[in-house]
Amino acid sequence: MSSVRTLLSLALVAGTVACSGGKPAESGGSAAPATSGVVIRLTGSDTMVNLNQAWAENYKTVKPDVSVQVAGGGSGVGIAGLIDGILDIAASSRKMEPEEIAKATKEAGAAPQEIVVGMDALAVFVNKDNPLKEISIEDLAQIYGDGGKYTKWSQLGVKNTACSADEIIRVSRQNNSGTYAYFREAVLGRTADFKLGSVDQSGSKDVAELVTRTPCAIGYSGMAYVSPGVHALKISKKTGEPAIAPTVESALSGEYPIARPLYFYTHGKPSAQAQAFIDWTLSEPGQKILQDIGYVPAPKASK
Amino acid sequence: MRQTLSNRLGVAAEPIIEWTIRLCGWSAIFFVFAIFFFVFREGAPFLFGKLDIVEFLTNVNWRPDSRIKAQYGVLALITGTAAVTALAALIAVPAGLGAAVFVSEFCPRRLREVLKIVIELLAAIPSVVWGFIGYMVLNPLIIWATGAPIGINILNGGIILALMSVPIIMSMGEDALRAVPDTYREAAIALGASRWQLVYKVLMPAAKNGLLAAALLGIGRSVGETMAVLMATGHSIQIPGSLLDPVRTLTATIAAELGETVEGGDHYRALFVIGTLLMLMSLIVNVTADLVVKGVRGKQNG
Repeated sequence: MSSVRTLLSLALVAGTVACSGGKPAESGGSAAPATSGVVIRLTGSDTMVNLNQAWAENYKTVKPDVSVQVAGGGSGVGIAGLIDGILDIAASSRKMEPEEIAKATKEAGAAPQEIVVGMDALAVFVNKDNPLKEISIEDLAQIYGDGGKYTKWSQLGVKNTACSADEIIRVSRQNNSGTYAYFREAVLGRTADFKLGSVDQSGSKDVAELVTRTPCAIGYSGMAYVSPGVHALKISKKTGEPAIAPTVESALSGEYPIARPLYFYTHGKPSAQAQAFIDWTLSEPGQKILQDIGYVPAPKASK
Repeated sequence: MRQTLSNRLGVAAEPIIEWTIRLCGWSAIFFVFAIFFFVFREGAPFLFGKLDIVEFLTNVNWRPDSRIKAQYGVLALITGTAAVTALAALIAVPAGLGAAVFVSEFCPRRLREVLKIVIELLAAIPSVVWGFIGYMVLNPLIIWATGAPIGINILNGGIILALMSVPIIMSMGEDALRAVPDTYREAAIALGASRWQLVYKVLMPAAKNGLLAAALLGIGRSVGETMAVLMATGHSIQIPGSLLDPVRTLTATIAAELGETVEGGDHYRALFVIGTLLMLMSLIVNVTADLVVKGVRGKQNG
């Protein structure tokens, strides 16, 4: 058994060596400076991992001698890393608490800088033939939440003529999705579960696609995925309060209830290289990548 | 001198060749057990630790990521797999065997060649394409035809799986019917049997084993199919009340969730327990099939 293990670990080591050997070659002729180049360590929010990775990969083409190391683990992990001083940038989908800022300031000798690099806004949408125009977070919780009492469109006072069965088909995401986690937190509450029996799709695009094809359905995904076959609902916090349409402006102003800023926090005063990277993410090509992934661009003010 | 040398070489080579061939034979068995072992090993710490096996099999709630209390109940997933597979078998076995009888006995030779090629082409379509057809084509069709609130459901998954297993059942079934000696056919026709009587009374009993094997292989494909059912069944955790309810299968759950679980975590191990469960299920199906075939053979000989 032990010899098998040695063999396995040998194979693993060989694999890693082969992989890491392959990386510099990818970036072309600039292989030599890449090894001696600067490393920016960026860790945190799971929601932002794909975004950060896309940024890191594209940044290679901008500055081949800077490599951005991306890891996930959650916003808390990133902030903890910042406090421990092992990171250059923490990615976070929540604001840092005052005591966390105090600790980080103490460690780095300067206060961490907060940069809003983008926004994550969820659109809730129904089929284009559904007459429903707006919905409250409370009603959404009754539809999606465990123990919620709404299962028919008529219970919401909607005459959904395209849907003869009158049943609300809940389209949701698979449980490994960050969108799923955020929707649960923002709509159902911090400690609540989804009602089982929702139709779980593996991507935001699939949700919009399915709602387009299903007159009885309701679904949610990042704002960028709202397609012509569906219409996004205006959302109010409570029944009776004014409902807000999901737009870039309402997400930025904080009026739209299910949107949140995505932050970068720097380790004290950022190094010139880290600052250059952050500036690049806020630049047009950086924000284009962010929009391609499905997020709302950062407010211009933070530039 | 030379002769004795080659002789010696031959003598020396003989056991090596024999062992190589033997190794090839045994390796199949070895691999099956190795796969079973590794799947089981990943799930075992959870299976014998925190998991209450009765609750695992009887609880409807599959909530591996709950913030309140993670629940691992696979009853809804088992019902989903069973429902979709049963419907697929109900459609595919008669259709596949019927096609086999037609192609082997009733069809003019030219048409037979064309038909065989076309139907076998069906078997070459990747499962993700089948899933896509279920999702994009069958989904609106089912809504339009039945008035169901959603078109990706048991019916959709069953039809897609049936279409996937018909080619297998047909081509294996046809082989089984062709293997019946022509003397049987000649004798039956000489006795004045009609074509239908020939098929029903002579060929079907004579090819019973092969036809049964064909049907079971087709069903086996349905149980193990993942990608197509992931897309076509709706991926929804619930005990279905009708054919038009979306469900989720065991295989689709593993496919959808394994990639993002923490290695060694409860959720990860629970998925491997599901894997073990699936292997046990196919083992039971295969052993039952074997026993049934043996029983049929015994009766025939006796």
